[in-house]
Amino acid sequence: MIKHLKIIEYALSSLLRRKSKIIAIVFAYSFTVATLASVLFLTHALKTEANFVLQGVPDLIVQKVMGGRHELIPLEYAQKIKAIHGVSEVKPRFWGYHFDALIEVNYTLMGAGGATKELRLLDGRLPENEFECAVGAGVAALRGSDYSGELILVNSRNTGQLFEVTGIFESDSNLLTNDLVVLTDKAVVDFFGFPEGKATDFAVTVRNSNEVQTVAVKIKKMFPDTRPITKSELTRTYDMVFNWRSGMMLTVFCAAIIALCIMAWDKATGISAEEKQEIGILKAIGWDTGDVLVLKFWEGVIVSLSSFMTGLVLSYIHVFYFDAFILSTILKGWSVLFPDFQLIPSVNVLHVLAMFFLTVVPYIASTVIPTWKTAVADPESVMRG
Amino acid sequence: MVKSKVFIAVIVLECLLLLAMLGHGQMRYHFHDHAVLVAKQNLVSQLGLTDFALWTEARYTRHPSQTDFFSAFQDFPAALEHFPAGAIIAPPQHFYGETD
Repeated sequence: MIKHLKIIEYALSSLLRRKSKIIAIVFAYSFTVATLASVLFLTHALKTEANFVLQGVPDLIVQKVMGGRHELIPLEYAQKIKAIHGVSEVKPRFWGYHFDALIEVNYTLMGAGGATKELRLLDGRLPENEFECAVGAGVAALRGSDYSGELILVNSRNTGQLFEVTGIFESDSNLLTNDLVVLTDKAVVDFFGFPEGKATDFAVTVRNSNEVQTVAVKIKKMFPDTRPITKSELTRTYDMVFNWRSGMMLTVFCAAIIALCIMAWDKATGISAEEKQEIGILKAIGWDTGDVLVLKFWEGVIVSLSSFMTGLVLSYIHVFYFDAFILSTILKGWSVLFPDFQLIPSVNVLHVLAMFFLTVVPYIASTVIPTWKTAVADPESVMRG
Repeated sequence: MVKSKVFIAVIVLECLLLLAMLGHGQMRYHFHDHAVLVAKQNLVSQLGLTDFALWTEARYTRHPSQTDFFSAFQDFPAALEHFPAGAIIAPPQHFYGETD
């Protein structure tokens, strides 16, 4: 133990002699780990939240498809779907998108359906008549509805329609409601000018969750022009959307890994003349090959462990205390109404272990292996270069 | 052996800081976040919401779970993706040959 402490002491002194190089390596290493960990923490937290929150979605969403595109669904389909064994409820949903030319932003307008008037995350109440609405915090902030208490939107007949804002969704629900304008079903139909007897889609409740797929098959058979989307398909979409393997996240991940590989490769392909001379001197004064390898092992551990821990701590603070403000700009894309959201801390230990083995172990190996090649050589020839 | 002690102390401190933050996260979850999540779940079931309001620039980014099969290629098959969000959203499940 004491021997190892002394070797660590020597390793630290040796590293401090190459201060500027080591600081550069620790900075690059910590940055790489922080980037990787931030991506993994962010996507894992979003996936965990999606998995939990989206358990509340309807068992089945039934859309009508025409020409490969989503069409309004006739309300008479509902009666036949409700007659299918195992279906307990079929609720028509009335919703659509509205482009607000004033501030060039898209809103999602949604009919409240049979929702209860009071919701825990709604400051106020849901609309009770077609002149009222409840809005997300993003819409309220953009349109100043929190001060004025009203919202004017231009409907499909190009007429401005005034709504009284009866409720604003709390910022805790931003991830779901930021761009939402909730009206009564009748108001949505009137606003968009939906034809009589048509809804956007149906939310179907199935008594036994094991029968959802069977009911979906029956609906598809009964109405070939429909597309039933099951709850598991819906939640899986979000698993895939935030999957760390996909798209931009993969690019970030690859860039970081490649940067680290270049650094490790640079170290593994050879050690500097100064380091070779140091190894030669150590061997000449009586250190055996094992001691030199232990020294280099500890040098690797010091650099990689301190960088890994620093990167991990920084990424945790970035994602869970500062709401991933750097990564959010990448996530945001062209979204004008991107929500401010606070992520719920959720860390997958497997991710941390995978990062540890992908970063720390190769670095230590790339420190020890070239040293071993030098340490087994004759000290005199090593010192002479 | 001052330097080695300082190094060990720094690593231990970082581990403790990480553990403290994880502990704080757990406490926050039990005392606040869990109730918020349940309320969000209730909101989803009451209003029949299906997607996160993350990307509002197009209907297939606002509701990735509700879009047409070729929604990533809105204008014509193999058209280039318009929106940066499309780079984050994974290909549709049927590309992987997955069935429920």
